[in-house]
Amino acid sequence: MTSSSTKFAIVVFPGSNCEGDCHYVATELLGCRAEYVWHHDTDLKGCDVVILPGGFAYGDYLRAGALARFSPVMESVIRFAMDGGPVLGICNGFQVLLEAGLLPGAVRVNRGLRYICRDVYMRVENASTAFTRLYEPGEVVKMPIGHGEGNYTAPPEALTRLEHESGVVFRYCDAEGNVTDAANPNGATAGIAGIANREGNIVGLMPHPDRCAEGILGNAVGRRMFESAVASLAPA
Amino acid sequence: MRVEVRVYPKEGVLDPQGRAIASALERLGHRSVADVRAGKIFFLDVRGDDPVAVEADARRMAEELLANTVIEGYDIRFPTES
Repeated sequence: MTSSSTKFAIVVFPGSNCEGDCHYVATELLGCRAEYVWHHDTDLKGCDVVILPGGFAYGDYLRAGALARFSPVMESVIRFAMDGGPVLGICNGFQVLLEAGLLPGAVRVNRGLRYICRDVYMRVENASTAFTRLYEPGEVVKMPIGHGEGNYTAPPEALTRLEHESGVVFRYCDAEGNVTDAANPNGATAGIAGIANREGNIVGLMPHPDRCAEGILGNAVGRRMFESAVASLAPA
Repeated sequence: MRVEVRVYPKEGVLDPQGRAIASALERLGHRSVADVRAGKIFFLDVRGDDPVAVEADARRMAEELLANTVIEGYDIRFPTES
């Protein structure tokens, strides 16, 4: 599959606000095709990659992601993911994946109780998922975060499984790649910023690769997450 | 009838909101407060008057939606008529 034939589905919930950024990366920067898929739709329009973008789906009422999970579109997304299709949840999209049970764990309010909007560093812990295969293992990447609830946790047995099965994809670190408490912006357990399922086709993270995908923004490191998805679809 | 579902952070799960409230209370001079956990109460008016069936329904609602059982516990109460 060439990049121009890869088609991204970008799911739009009421309250999503990063769908345009994702659409722009897919079409303008990668030269792929992309379709917005409204939360009431159940047809993913033959897309090859599904992105759940950031925002405040359903106003984050009850809990972030809690109501979005019951959207009609999520049944199709769950089926697509279970069939091995690449699915990326960014920020609020990650919270939706957690609430839907596609990834383990939950997020709590940031330990400082504040919404945080700034760049963070992360270490790439798993460079073989559908969305990270164009990174180097152990590479340190800088991406922006913008969230009030990103304090990831999971039950002890789920954390053990994540660590043993390379489920941790990104960990907060300092600029040199050291995972320290000071470099952890929100208190997430074990500095976890992003995780994947065992097969590596479902990935979720709190930082925003869609907001650092072009040189003119001073940082294009996030673009490789989208390019990784295209590469993962290429015949071996 | 009226049923209440209380949802709160599980014991042992860090509750940043509860901790912040506890330190605010302490700053206000309430030195007796050892710990605070902050939760939510859902007041549900439901059709039916069989408390056993209503409680079973409320339990399903808590499990499916009202609580995220990864980090939250819940309990179900019937308010006493005044």
